[in-house]
Amino acid sequence: MTSDPLLKVSNLTKTYTGSPSVIGRLLGRKPVNVRAVSDVSLTVARGEILGLIGESGCGKSTLGRAILRLHEPSSGRVEFAGTDVTALSAPDMKAMRRRMQIIFQDPYASLNPRRTVSDIVGLPLQLHGLAQSRSELRDKVAMMLEKVGLKAGQLDRYPHQFSGGQRQRIGIARALISNPEFVVCDEPVSALDVSIQAQIIQLLQDLKREFQLTYLFISHDISVIGYLSDRVAVMYLGEIVEMGPVDSVLSRPRHPYTQSLMSAVPEIEPSGKAQRVRLTGDLPSPLNPPAGCKFHTRCPLATDICRVRKPVTETVAQGHTAACHRLDENLSLLEGASA
Amino acid sequence: MSILEPTAPVEAESLFRRNMAAFMENRLAFGSAIVVVLFVLMAVFAPWIAPNDPYATNLFFRLQPPVWMEGGDWAYPLGADSLGRCILSRIIYGARISIFIGAAVIIVATSIGILAGLAAGYLRGWVDVVISRLVDILLGFPYLIFAIGLMAMMGPGLGNIILALAYKEWVIPCRVVRGETLATRELEYVEAARALGASGRHIMLREILPNILSPVIVVATIRMAHVIILEASLSFLGLGVQPPTASWGAMVADGRAFILVSWWVSTFPGLAILLLVLAINVASQGLRDAFDPRFTE
Repeated sequence: MTSDPLLKVSNLTKTYTGSPSVIGRLLGRKPVNVRAVSDVSLTVARGEILGLIGESGCGKSTLGRAILRLHEPSSGRVEFAGTDVTALSAPDMKAMRRRMQIIFQDPYASLNPRRTVSDIVGLPLQLHGLAQSRSELRDKVAMMLEKVGLKAGQLDRYPHQFSGGQRQRIGIARALISNPEFVVCDEPVSALDVSIQAQIIQLLQDLKREFQLTYLFISHDISVIGYLSDRVAVMYLGEIVEMGPVDSVLSRPRHPYTQSLMSAVPEIEPSGKAQRVRLTGDLPSPLNPPAGCKFHTRCPLATDICRVRKPVTETVAQGHTAACHRLDENLSLLEGASA
Repeated sequence: MSILEPTAPVEAESLFRRNMAAFMENRLAFGSAIVVVLFVLMAVFAPWIAPNDPYATNLFFRLQPPVWMEGGDWAYPLGADSLGRCILSRIIYGARISIFIGAAVIIVATSIGILAGLAAGYLRGWVDVVISRLVDILLGFPYLIFAIGLMAMMGPGLGNIILALAYKEWVIPCRVVRGETLATRELEYVEAARALGASGRHIMLREILPNILSPVIVVATIRMAHVIILEASLSFLGLGVQPPTASWGAMVADGRAFILVSWWVSTFPGLAILLLVLAINVASQGLRDAFDPRFTE
């Protein structure tokens, strides 16, 4: 890794507090805390794509939003190009937002139905004073629309006049028009048809090259992450359990959770002998996370120590870290599975 | 670059036009809307329509019955009141007061309600607590008694009536706007605007407000009927528009003393109130069904 990452997240925690109802308070119930993101540290180098993977509800979207301060982090630091984003004042944060953007999952909910494409895509220009006149704004929006594969003549249409894939292109145009350096892609293709997914992924790759972007790419789809990312981080219940270069993590996953994710990828021609690492049970409630290693309730390798002590993150290969008590044994599990 | 998917279906019809079409199909509501429009035209063109000067008294025609009754005369089609003034002309002029006050109160109250509701719903926190408690307190007072108290304090006058009614009326749009804002602020396009660095003012007025306007308009029309009744009630009690200005409520009060011998003095202004309020109610319910089907049972 380069010595100077574009984004450095240290010990980021996001806790949501649910206050009890009036009756609950009278009965002496205490507010409930949910740690959606718990003590996460990661870095993203300039020009890199970091894939963030995990099942629904593991906190990956919350992490992306906490980095952008769309949800205010409870503790920890987010350094962007050397600036501590979490300490910025409101006007400085507004200026910073031009440089860090987000592409949303749902192309239907993320566009205001009452505003035209030129209003939606031109908003960043308007907010940050990047266009001197209305005609300049429209010119810039039209150029951006063509870059994302839409037509300049569609400026005055409303979102409902577009298909899902086209709407996602509008969302991408809005995120990129202010020329940001870093973009959080929050499952940008998971709401789309498979054929459209490929187009959008291709578009994101082309735009990354053209605008020299850095992505934090959130997804629950291993094949998308494996195709796009340089490095990958695996999240479980608000924590990063494994992180490293995409080849290393996906070909030799060391955390049993990553192994189970890998073996859950369907194969077109199953070799027959592959044993799957199956998980039993559901994701435990983050309201009441398990003690020790959070994965022990579903882990095929769990032993006594896993139930008591939280594993530390260890380096298992060049740039590849994992947090598991049984790093030595779990290699054999994978080998048994793929043999 | 043309890596486009097949062109999406272009809906030539806008949502608004589709809603309007649905409204027009509702015959009863559409007919009521026409009645309301006729009342408005009557108010606007009162000097050209009214057969007589509404303020001219003529004691020879005191309590003259309507034209179809014995002793009626075409000079006073709906008869004359106790001072010999033309009832029809006074009803036509009275429409001006009712409609003007109704519209003014609704415009003032809705504007205040939208701003307060947006602030409460979007900013949450202590702003929400203050506004919501204020709303609860105002809702606790009986409307008419509250207005009577205010009128007694401020004294009569057109501006004071509008103020006295708007004091409490803003609460209703405020609650609607707050609820809609609470739901809308969680949508991704609001989050997107925040991610782009938009200010709270931009988000409230440009992102949220256009999307919550239809229920607000529906509620405003429904409430206008209530406000017209309240104005008539205040005028009936002598706290509203002062004589000799023609006001339906005051006209009903005038005829009260002669109700057994000259029923027409009170009845016709009463019918005018009934007709206008009924027409507004039916039309606004049609509007609600067409624009905001959620509220329909």
